[in-house]
Amino acid sequence: MRAFVHNVLLAIFWMLVTESFTLANFLVGFAIGFLLLFLARSLFDPTSRRYFTLAWRLPWFVAKMLWEIVLSSLQVARAVLSPRMRIRPGIVAYPLEAQSDLEITLLANLITLTPGTLSLDVSSDRRVLYVHGMFVEDPKAVVESIRDNLEKAVLEVTR
Amino acid sequence: MLTLVYVLVLGGIFFLFIAAIGVVRMPDLYNRMHATSKAATLGVGLILVAVAVFYWDLSVAARALATLAFIVLTAPVAAHALGRAAYLSGVKPCEDTYIDELAGHYQKNHRLESVEVKPPAPDPSE
Repeated sequence: MRAFVHNVLLAIFWMLVTESFTLANFLVGFAIGFLLLFLARSLFDPTSRRYFTLAWRLPWFVAKMLWEIVLSSLQVARAVLSPRMRIRPGIVAYPLEAQSDLEITLLANLITLTPGTLSLDVSSDRRVLYVHGMFVEDPKAVVESIRDNLEKAVLEVTR
Repeated sequence: MLTLVYVLVLGGIFFLFIAAIGVVRMPDLYNRMHATSKAATLGVGLILVAVAVFYWDLSVAARALATLAFIVLTAPVAAHALGRAAYLSGVKPCEDTYIDELAGHYQKNHRLESVEVKPPAPDPSE
C-alpha cells in the first residue's frame, strides 16, 4: 500500500514537471514511477514489497477469471442447445482452505462464474462451501478441480 | 471497428438468448441459475464492451467498464442468495440430481453445519 502511494505521488510529480495534466500523461508518469520503485524495491519492507508481485499477478488473475467466464458460458450454451440435455446435477461439499472474508467471497464468486459449478452456501463455521454442480460425474473430481484451478489462484493473489 | 462492434453485440445477444432458453428448459431452479448467472454475465459484458468500443470515448468506456465490474461482482452474489433462499424454503432439486451433500445440514435456526471433513494437508512450501 505504501508503495502504491509513492507511485501515485511520483506520477503527480511527473505531471508537474511535464506541465500536462491529462490522464494519458498520468499513466505515463505512473508507469515510469512504477519502474523506478521496482528498481528500488529492496528499500521497502517485505509487506510493502507485495505491491510489486501483486502488480504482476493481478492482471493474470483477472485474465484467467474472464477466460473462465467465456468457457463456462460456452458449456452452458452447449448443454442448453443439445436436444437431450445430458446434465447430471448434484450438490457437493467443498472443504475450504481459504479463511478470510475476502478469500471466501472471491472463491465463491469464481466458482459461480466457472464451468458447471454454482456456490450455494458456506457453513456457519466456514469450513465447507456447498457447491451445486451441473455435470457431477464424480464429487471428488469436482473438489479437486476447484482446488487446483481456482483456490490456488485466489490464494496467490490474497496471500 | 464497426465490424468488431457487430460481432460483440451479436455475441452478447446470443448468450442472453441462451440464458433465456436455459431458464425455460432446465429441470430445476438450481440448474436454471447456472444459465442466468454465467451466460447472462457474459452476454451483458459483451454488449457493454461493444458500447465502449462504439463510442471510443474515455468517459463512456470508464462507465461501461465500471458497470461490467459491478455485474461480474454482484451476479454470483445474487445467484448465491437466491440458491440459498430456495434451499431453505424447501425447493427440492430435480429427480436427476445425483448427489446432495447439503441435505440435512441446515439446522432450525438456519445455521449450516459443515460435513465432517479432514483439514487439507499443509502445503510444504509455506
